[in-house]
Order: sequence, then structure tokens, then C-alpha cells
Amino acid sequence: MQRYGILSLIREGLRGHTGWEPAWRFPEPKPRYDAVIIGGGGHGLATAYYLAKEHGLTDIAVIEKGWIGGGNAGRNTTIIRSNYLYDESAAIYDHALQLWKTLGRELDFNIMMSHRGVLNLAHDEGELRQLKRRVEANRLNGVDAEWLEPEDVKAFCPPISISPTLRYPVLGATLQRSGGTNRHDAVVWGYARAADALGVDIIQQCEVTNILSEGGAVTGIETTKGTIATPKVASVTAGHTSVIAAMLGLKLPIESHPLQAMVSEPIKPVMPCVVMSSAVHVYVSQSDKGELVIGAGIDPHLSYTQRGSFDIVEHQMAAMVELLPFTSRLRFMRQWGGIVDVCPDASPVISKTRIKGFYVNGGWGTGGWKATPGSGHVFADLIANDEPNAIAAPFALERFVSGALVAEHGAAAVAH
Amino acid sequence: MFLIRCPWCGERDVSDFSYGGEAHIARPADSDAMSDSAWADYVFLRTNPKGVHAERWNHQAGCRRWFNMLRNTATDDILAVYKMGETPPQVSANLPATPSGEAAIGSGNDAAKVMTTEEGRGEGGGK
Ligand SMILES: Cc1cc2nc3c(=O)[nH]c(=O)nc-3n(C[C@H](O)[C@H](O)[C@H](O)COP(=O)(O)OP(=O)(O)OC[C@H]3O[C@@H](n4cnc5c(N)ncnc54)[C@H](O)[C@@H]3O)c2cc1C
Ligand SMILES: [Zn+2]
Repeated sequence: MQRYGILSLIREGLRGHTGWEPAWRFPEPKPRYDAVIIGGGGHGLATAYYLAKEHGLTDIAVIEKGWIGGGNAGRNTTIIRSNYLYDESAAIYDHALQLWKTLGRELDFNIMMSHRGVLNLAHDEGELRQLKRRVEANRLNGVDAEWLEPEDVKAFCPPISISPTLRYPVLGATLQRSGGTNRHDAVVWGYARAADALGVDIIQQCEVTNILSEGGAVTGIETTKGTIATPKVASVTAGHTSVIAAMLGLKLPIESHPLQAMVSEPIKPVMPCVVMSSAVHVYVSQSDKGELVIGAGIDPHLSYTQRGSFDIVEHQMAAMVELLPFTSRLRFMRQWGGIVDVCPDASPVISKTRIKGFYVNGGWGTGGWKATPGSGHVFADLIANDEPNAIAAPFALERFVSGALVAEHGAAAVAH
Repeated sequence: MFLIRCPWCGERDVSDFSYGGEAHIARPADSDAMSDSAWADYVFLRTNPKGVHAERWNHQAGCRRWFNMLRNTATDDILAVYKMGETPPQVSANLPATPSGEAAIGSGNDAAKVMTTEEGRGEGGGK
């Protein structure tokens, strides 16, 4: 793998940028692989990378129907935090957060990781108590968390008004200083380049159309580029998880909904951190280009149409102007939607299935980006060993039978 | 966004309505004798198809009555509206040519359509 850095930049600058190598290959699928990963989003590519790097499984392929990172990876607002209430969630999201800290260096790719801090605002007494409880729960789990009084909120994020006469007064906020944002494309490309260098075939413009099994065990897949034999198939397809599982006759506790986001015209730096408010329903940050990046809520009905309803945008704008009145004069440049895979307990599925060799990683819903490295890391472990490790185990499908749900709905504040 | 024709009030914006989830999931009659996995199936498992979906809606900002609807979740085409308790009518839908593909019109996702040649355009294709 060609190393990136100041020296290669200078060298290439001097010779007209003629020496850059393609970051990954565009191979044709081989007739057989040791394992096939369906879905070239962040989670799928991370899974492939860790399978190759930590488990020595290099004769594997990632099959992507569009282009890598064109799904939710390329559509999300990249808010990263790990301050979830329950132990199981704290374990996996914080595992991811620790990996994010050094990922750019590990992949030799600038993922523009910015630990700018994430504020979760409290607007009423109930929310205040619940968020304070969450700070304490986080601390017990070793997750970085602080409680800020209104003056400290103002000092940390000046555009927020703490006037007590507001309709939704800010009574305080939780702060996770290590939370923040990063660059979605760079994460996808960094993982793809590193996985490719380890021998992983990344096959784009190739849709998996069927999964073959015999005697309750996976034997291969059919794709738009032909049949591939493999004993292990891992679905990491976000909004399409149910479609893939249905190929083996499996029904999942997942439903797919459109989720929208939008960006404003670029403005000078005004938002120093990520701000989330569940009562008003706003989550916003400012990109390095200066755009305010705003995420909305899901359409209540299930759908695979990647656009979302207009009334959701209207609600979002109303909420945004309520929380940050100066934004009323901003123009919005782009709006888009992605299809998110929502589980009833708002926690993911990382699981074996009753079909031997078929593994599912999905159900991340509206908030899986932050988990990308952790999710790929523990899922690779599950695929390689056919057993979940301690972090992945609580997210097995059996929880819907046993009742041991990881019910993060109320606890996760805004859905991200 | 789409318009829904309430069987009692007529066509209204989707924001008038609230979504009631997958239709025709009958509450089990013999629930005392049910296994945990049968309960999981009833409470949590859903078909979530990319294609024709039978679902319940309530005209919340109107007559507040419930009804069923068939909708193509790949395009948001509404294919039929029918009353609670009725069996879903036969419909035809503009489906994607492949299970995770995009329908020719209305997918909201033109950019991500699989770039196949002619043979990739199956029944539902035809521009
Ligand atoms: C608008 C929006 C905002 C969000 N904001 C945040 C946020 O701020 N923070 C956060 O943590 N999370 C956020 N999320 C959620 C996050 O984006 C997802 O949970 C996460 O990206 C999902 O994992 P992924 O990257 O692997 O998914 P994807 O990028 O969707 O990857 C799945 C891939 O599978 C491919 N695929 C599907 N079917 C097939 C098939 N049959 N054959 C081959 N390939 C197939 C798809 O083309 C796709 O590329 C947001 C999501 C959206 C839509
Ligand atoms: Zn009505």
C-alpha cells in the first residue's frame, strides 16, 4: 500500500501527480471465497478489514450493489458519541469510540476525526434528571461524561441561548468531550484501501440476488455477476437487511424507514461542537466547509424510497429555528434521505442465525455510524470464530425470544 | 411524501394520517399455550418487504378511523385502500427487477440504481 503523507504529497506535487496508485482494485468476482460480506458501507468494509487483519481471513470479498459508501455511510450526519445508558450499549459504542481515536493513523488515511464534543441539552425537569442519571451511568462504565450547568453550556457553545424565558429553556446539558464528527467518505475509503491491500476483493456494481443453502448451511450466493461459492455469508446491508434475510426465509425484528438530513449554505464558524436536543428534536453540527449539518426524524411508515416526506423537513426547520433562531435567515442547499433499519429496542442485531454460516449485522437504525469500527471489529470476530465475543453477545437475535432487550429508546436522547 | 385517499374523507396529505404498522397480524387466540419464540414472532418479527406491503393507517387529523392499505414500499405507490377486516385485493406493482434493486420510476434513488445492461431490466423495469 502506497503511504500517504507530507513527503509523498511534495513528491507528487513536483511531478504533476502522476505517481498516485489507485486506492483499491476493481476485481471481477472469483468463483469461490472463504467468506462473502454483503454490503460495502462503513460496517461491511470495517468487517472485511478486521477479518483480514486480525483473523487472517484474506480470501474474502465485499459485494456492493452500488458504489462503496453510497448507502447510509454516505448519507449520515456522522455524529459520534458513546454515552448510552445501558452497560451493553456503552461497551460496544465505547469500543468503537476508542478505535476511532487512532483509526486515521491505523488506516493511513485522514478520516478528519474531530473530537469536538457532543452536548445533549435538557429542557425540562424530567429530562434533566434522566440526563444526569445517564452521566452517572456512563461514568460507572468508564465512558467520558460530564454535566454542565447552563452557564457552562453557554461558555462551551456560545450560539445557544440560556435565557430562562425561552419556551424550551436550557436547564443544563451532558457533555461528552471525546464525541464529535468525522468524514464519512474518508472512513469508507480508508477501510476499503486497507482491506484491499490485505487481499480483500471489493466488488462494486454487483447485487446479491439470492443466498444458496443446503441442509441448513450456506453454500454460496447468486449475484448480478454470477454465482459465488462460499461457506460464510455476512449481511451488513443496513436498510436492506430484511430483504437479504428473506432470501433464506428468515424474518427479522427490523423495519426500514427513510431518514433525512440536510445542509445549509456555508457560513463562518458558529457551532464549535455537536448539539443535540431531544425535546426540540434537533441535532446539528458544522462541517469543515461551513455548512450546518442537520438531521431530521424518520418517516413513521416503512419505505425503501430514499427521499423521505416533506412534512418531516418542515418539522425539522421549525425545531431548528426554535433552538437556534439565527438559522431562520439561512438558506438550505441540499436535502437527502437514507433507509435506516430500525429494531424495536433501538439496538443493533449482531448475530448468528439458524442457517449455519449466515451472519447478520443490522438494525443500527438511525445511529450506527458512530459504531462503525466497533461493529466491524466484533462482527469479524463472530464470523471468524462462529461465536460472539462478550461485546457482541447481548445483541444476538435470541434477545427477542428471551426478552433481554437492550432498550435504548428513551435512554439514547435524540435518535443518534 | 404522498397523498392517501381516506375511504371516508377522500384524498389528504400523508401528514394527516398516523401509521399503524403491518396489517393482518392476528392476536394469537391461545396465548397461554404459546412458546416464547411464537411470542417473539407475534410481537417483534415483521416482513418488511421491498415491494407490496399491507399496512394499517389511521386518519388521525380527520375522521380518526382505521383502514388498510397496500403500498409498494419500493416506490410509495398506493395500490389499494380497503377496510379493516377485509382481505387484501389483488394488485400489480412496479417492482424492482432484483430484490434489492430500484424500480424504474419512483424509487427516490436514481443515482444508486445498479448499472446493468439491457438484461438487467426485468419485468418491473421498462422505462
Ligand atoms: C440521514 C441519516 C443520518 C444519520 N446520522 C447518523 C449520525 O449522526 N450518527 C450515527 O451514528 N449514525 C447516523 N446514521 C445511521 C448510520 O448512517 C447507519 O447506521 C450506518 O451507516 C449503517 O451502516 P453502513 O455504513 O454499513 O450502511 P450502508 O452504507 O447503508 O451500507 C449498506 C450497503 O449494502 C448495500 N446493499 C444492500 N443490498 C445489497 C445487495 N443485495 N447486494 C449488495 N449490496 C447490497 C447497499 O448498497 C449499501 O451500500 C444516519 C443515517 C441517515 C440515513
Ligand atoms: Zn378520514
